[in-house]
Amino acid sequence: MLHSVIAAAAAVETKNPLIPEIYDIIWSSLCFLVILFFFWRVVLPKMKVLLDERSAAIEGNIAKAGAAQAEAEAAREEYTARLSEARAEAGKIRDQARLDALLIGTELKDAATADAARIHGQATAQIEAERQAAVVSLRAEVGSLAIDLASGVIGESLKDDAKAAGIVDRFLADLEAAESATPNGVTGGK
Amino acid sequence: MLHAPNQETTLLANALNMIVPLATDDGSFHGPSIAEFFPEVIFFPGTPFEINRIVLIRFISVTAILVLFWLGTRKMKLIPGRGQSLAEMALDFVRVNIAEDLLGKKDGRRFLPLLTTIFFMVLAMNITGIIPFLNIAGTSVIGVPLVLAIVAYIAFIYAGLRKHPVAFLRNSLFPPGVPWPLYIIVTPIEFVSAFVLRPVTLTLRLLMNMVVGHLLLVLFFSATQFFFFTAGGFYALFGVGTLAFGFVFTLFEILVAVLQAYVFALLTAVYIQLALAEEH
Repeated sequence: MLHSVIAAAAAVETKNPLIPEIYDIIWSSLCFLVILFFFWRVVLPKMKVLLDERSAAIEGNIAKAGAAQAEAEAAREEYTARLSEARAEAGKIRDQARLDALLIGTELKDAATADAARIHGQATAQIEAERQAAVVSLRAEVGSLAIDLASGVIGESLKDDAKAAGIVDRFLADLEAAESATPNGVTGGK
Repeated sequence: MLHAPNQETTLLANALNMIVPLATDDGSFHGPSIAEFFPEVIFFPGTPFEINRIVLIRFISVTAILVLFWLGTRKMKLIPGRGQSLAEMALDFVRVNIAEDLLGKKDGRRFLPLLTTIFFMVLAMNITGIIPFLNIAGTSVIGVPLVLAIVAYIAFIYAGLRKHPVAFLRNSLFPPGVPWPLYIIVTPIEFVSAFVLRPVTLTLRLLMNMVVGHLLLVLFFSATQFFFFTAGGFYALFGVGTLAFGFVFTLFEILVAVLQAYVFALLTAVYIQLALAEEH
């Protein structure tokens, strides 16, 4: 055991880990140069380009966002303006409508009043005419009825037209006088 | 009888023998040794271009960096995909947290290729220490730490001399605000600390972290192997313990790998920053 350890140790006994071998330095330097070249000439320039592009893109996006915001602001203002405009117009239309409604209502009322007056007048006139007709026919009928009745009561002495007409007229005058006197008499009697 | 260095190795062997008294000749326990870091040459033996296992592992690390970052940055898009996000995250870590944080935007950009290279080279070569079948860090032999430390050394001296030679040397050697007689003491100290110790500490910090990490892992796992299969029986319980420790230290090595890469790149940036500073 001892011998093997000594043999192993003796083999490297000249090797001091702090003294570099020439091949060690050569290959280490080569490794360093390869990696340095790679980062310096390949990777980091790419990275730089990318970072520049990215910051440019970010700045571009910020500008774009600013423009979009301004646009939105303008749209909002326009919307607000249009809204107030629309509101004013609506108010105007409403007032006009109210006015129109008032006018129409008045017109309708006037028309209705006129209609009513006209219908009333017509009705009154018709009633008057009918009353006149009734009075005329009544007068003729009542006269003949009364004469018939009186003829029946007092015989045929009243066949004489002149007398009969005189009697009837007197009778009717009395009747009318009684008719106009009665309401007065009633109110007077009270 | 033995030469002086051989006496040391004998002592080491005795020490190992005492630590591991169970080792027997037929199933002997081999503790890790410094020979771990000098495996046999595979290609070009005898030339200055010898390639052994560790050099091959470094090549694998370099290839991994090239392939991963080529894939990550192959088609760069404004809105990154998964691979690109990872590559960007890694590159931004160095760019933002090391280069721009310490050196500012302008100087950070100037030294970014160097800092990025240092960070990812150290990281990739550290992490091979815990990758199965590689199992040794490419930075655990002095070549890589030394080369990178020299690069950092040249970089900060270049940065200082290029910007303001006089101010750089004055700040480095004659720190302002010190009464002039004290410069007799302060200046040699400043010289040694700035121009001698910086590269040395950069090299040794990384090298020794990875050497010790590797030796610890080898020790735990070879001990586990020994307790389970050579000693057996009751000693298998020890094997459970050493295996658990080996596992925990494997996780710890991941942390160390990342941390040392960060520290190396950060200190390089700090030295450059100090060289560029107008006043200390």
